Amino acid sequence: MARPKIPRKSTAIDMTAMCDVAFLLLSFFILTAKPKANEAITVTPPSSVASKKAPEKDVVLVSINSDGKVFISMDDKSQMEYIANSLNNTKNLGIDAKKFSQLEFIGVPFSGLARVSLLPKEQQNDKVLTGIPIDTTKGANEMVEWMKIIKEAYNGKKMYLLLKGDNVSKYPSFKGVISAFKKNDFLKFQMVTSPESVPNGTDLWRDNQRGQSASVVKE
Amino acid sequence: MAEMDTSGGGGHKKGSGVKKAKKLSTRVDLTPMVDLGFLLITFFIFTTTLSQPTGLKLNLPKDVDKPEDQTKSKESGTITFLLGKDNHVFYYEGQLKVDASGNNFKSSSFNGENSVRDLIIKKKKEVIAAHVHDSNCEKIRADYKGPESGRANSCLDRDLVVVIKPNEESTYKNVVDILDEMAINVVSRYALVDITDDENKLIKITEGQPK
Repeated sequence: MARPKIPRKSTAIDMTAMCDVAFLLLSFFILTAKPKANEAITVTPPSSVASKKAPEKDVVLVSINSDGKVFISMDDKSQMEYIANSLNNTKNLGIDAKKFSQLEFIGVPFSGLARVSLLPKEQQNDKVLTGIPIDTTKGANEMVEWMKIIKEAYNGKKMYLLLKGDNVSKYPSFKGVISAFKKNDFLKFQMVTSPESVPNGTDLWRDNQRGQSASVVKE
Repeated sequence: MAEMDTSGGGGHKKGSGVKKAKKLSTRVDLTPMVDLGFLLITFFIFTTTLSQPTGLKLNLPKDVDKPEDQTKSKESGTITFLLGKDNHVFYYEGQLKVDASGNNFKSSSFNGENSVRDLIIKKKKEVIAAHVHDSNCEKIRADYKGPESGRANSCLDRDLVVVIKPNEESTYKNVVDILDEMAINVVSRYALVDITDDENKLIKITEGQPK
């Protein structure tokens, strides 16, 4: 019996469509990728169950690195200029306001500000920056004054105070920072943490189960 | 799609002596390109940080000058956690009692036996059990419609106060962890307090390095 001839089909598949998809995804990931910021000072924050995203605009970020050194950074450059001018007026430090406003991190005692702000950006790392003095046993807690100046600079404008501490930094630095906050009536702030899931069976977990994402945060 | 019209030049008649150009397919094998595409995709997926940092809110109390103005807490509802070095946690309930008849200074941990979470849950149950009936409180509870049991119960466990005392050797991570426990267990009253010398001495002794 004659078998019907099965036409030989090519096994090559048209890859064009797949290629399109691949590059579409590629462009998506390239566009959503954020450049890693704040490379000069690395801080690994601890995790918490807080579910609210940390704000990104109008931020004053106080970082504590693994050695317990304290740094301040701000995203609003015009405020930085204001701060430089006000420091020049009150303390006569002779800071170049334009240069100062480009600083990524403020992390030296007042006396070293003018010198450090002239350094090129590549040298602004945690080797040069010795941290804002905070230990009251060794001298004044300059953080208190920084917070006072920042308060003046923002003067009622919207500002989020963030604290980003490293896992291994010791408590005294943290205490120095919060006592500086307290002295200037900054009584609300957020600690930057990496997200973590809520453990099963706890009260918060039950709240979340009961419907809607109940806010973790207490007002 | 990715093809072009390759059918000869057109005008020539067949057999006119002009050799017909061989038909060449312009189909390009796209497989390597797809490979490359996906390789780059995987690279970008791995290098982007998808988890955005979150903010754990902390509200500080205003410092009061006079000791009379300070918030008082009931001894029965107070539990104090002390943080030492190397993730050590110690606790005592009520007031610290150290004398010949024994002390109530015990050790705890972050995860494992006698963990901070278990202790808080236990203490919370005790406080709720000891709650004296209060018509005002019942009214608040009845009126509360939201999903959060923590808020509805907040007058039942209003005597529960957690005091956190980190010493100078404890890490920032421990402090955040314990503040996180407050959020996890919906404790609405907690305080970050400076450690006293006596307590710090006890920690040092227990950690095995007497000063």
